[in-house]
Amino acid sequence: MNPLELARAEPGPAFTVTLDGREIDALPGQTVAAALWTAGVTSWRTTRGEGRPRGIFCGIGVCFDCLVTVNDRPNQRACLVPLRPGDAIRTQEGTGHHG
Amino acid sequence: MSKRLTCDVVVVGAGMVGAACALYAARAGLDVIVVDRGPMAGGTTAAGEGNLLVSDKEPGPELGLALLSGRLWADLAEEVGDAIEYELKGGVVVAAAPDGLEALEKFATGQRAAGVEAVPVDADRLRELEPQVAPGLAGGVLYPQDAQVMPTLAAARLVRASGARLATGAAVTEVLRGAGGAVRGVRTGRGEIHAPHVVNAAGTWGGELAALAGVHLPVLPRRGFVLVTEPLPRLVRHKVYAADYVADVASDSAALQTSPVVEGTAAGPVLIGATRERVGFDRSLSLPALRALAAGATRLFPFLEHVRAMRTYLGFRPYLPDHLPAIGPDPRVPGLFHACGHEGAGIGLSTGTGQLIAQVLAGEAPELDLAPFRPDRFPVSPLASSSSSSSKSSSGSSSDSEEAS
Repeated sequence: MNPLELARAEPGPAFTVTLDGREIDALPGQTVAAALWTAGVTSWRTTRGEGRPRGIFCGIGVCFDCLVTVNDRPNQRACLVPLRPGDAIRTQEGTGHHG
Repeated sequence: MSKRLTCDVVVVGAGMVGAACALYAARAGLDVIVVDRGPMAGGTTAAGEGNLLVSDKEPGPELGLALLSGRLWADLAEEVGDAIEYELKGGVVVAAAPDGLEALEKFATGQRAAGVEAVPVDADRLRELEPQVAPGLAGGVLYPQDAQVMPTLAAARLVRASGARLATGAAVTEVLRGAGGAVRGVRTGRGEIHAPHVVNAAGTWGGELAALAGVHLPVLPRRGFVLVTEPLPRLVRHKVYAADYVADVASDSAALQTSPVVEGTAAGPVLIGATRERVGFDRSLSLPALRALAAGATRLFPFLEHVRAMRTYLGFRPYLPDHLPAIGPDPRVPGLFHACGHEGAGIGLSTGTGQLIAQVLAGEAPELDLAPFRPDRFPVSPLASSSSSSSKSSSGSSSDSEEAS
């Protein structure tokens, strides 16, 4: 069952954001991580040392595993940042500071 | 550990200093048990930056201990360097203005005479050493001997390398004394450990352990915050700090002092450290302290203005009134040794401390004079240190401001 139905949520109209230039849908109040999961994306960063894939781990802002670049700011916690129409999400490699 | 244990030396405290005491005592052929009421390296060891500094020390007993410790760290690095993230990165102390640089160079001249490598650096050379440093600084001094370890890893590795038995979650509730008052072990929440020697490596809580043994050792907490940035490529190459840090370390003031030490780490985040406040064991977050740290670090490295701080942590440095640690046997209680009170330098000074303790335990002459570190050098005040009333009565000519008010 769709979790929106489970919670009897009545969100506002969906809007569009981009992931590496590709358009994906988001709902008002959704975090970056929620929208990415909804779009079937579970990994959006690679680690600094060995380039391993990372996505959500704790989901509550503690572990810093889900870091992502949003509107050119690297190292945002995907699980905490709410989306706004037109936001540009970019997958992140390493420190995200092109280093 | 419910049964009774026996060994040659009980080290109380599984932090960096306790680990080093265990290592060198074990290497001297002694059977060692390390006890801690918490986990391995769960106190101040886990709350610092892992500085092994000579740059901030003026000539004197602490610098001698730092130089000895630095040599021992270099030896340990040969054995376990990668595992403890040992890095001989060097320190750079900078001065904003010509008069500050003059004072810094004078300080460095004294250090050189005491065996410290200290290389004067002009403004151009400073930009080469640290390309991101703020423009317009007068210059600085490079200290190639300044190094770094990851302190919790270092403590854990040293205990493991020592072969000592480790009992965590075992709070010492009593120091056992035999006939004539000599130490004969400790009682913990998990049983007794019998030994003719007890080493107090309890750090900021060393005063409490001393009290269990019936002696006065006025270790007090001095709070420090460290700010951690998001991971970055290596933009800060050395430990970089402004010359006024040295004055803050030596200060007796209880008020907040900040002079940021900025450094990159192997893992990527930049650490910004070194607030100092005497506020007891207060763990509450202090925004003014963090703001001052961030502002000071940004003055040194303007690019930090656009870097996010990820988190902060705090710890309590074990501080003795004259800013020197207590190291050596306690003449008041046979068998009791102290190795605590290293303030913000305990990681760096741990190896030398462990070596000196082990030498005395083994019946050898310690390679440094322990007189400046005597644990019984603090007169017992009839009033608690928290009292500010004038206690200059019978104990009389208290030589200096032992209780900075």
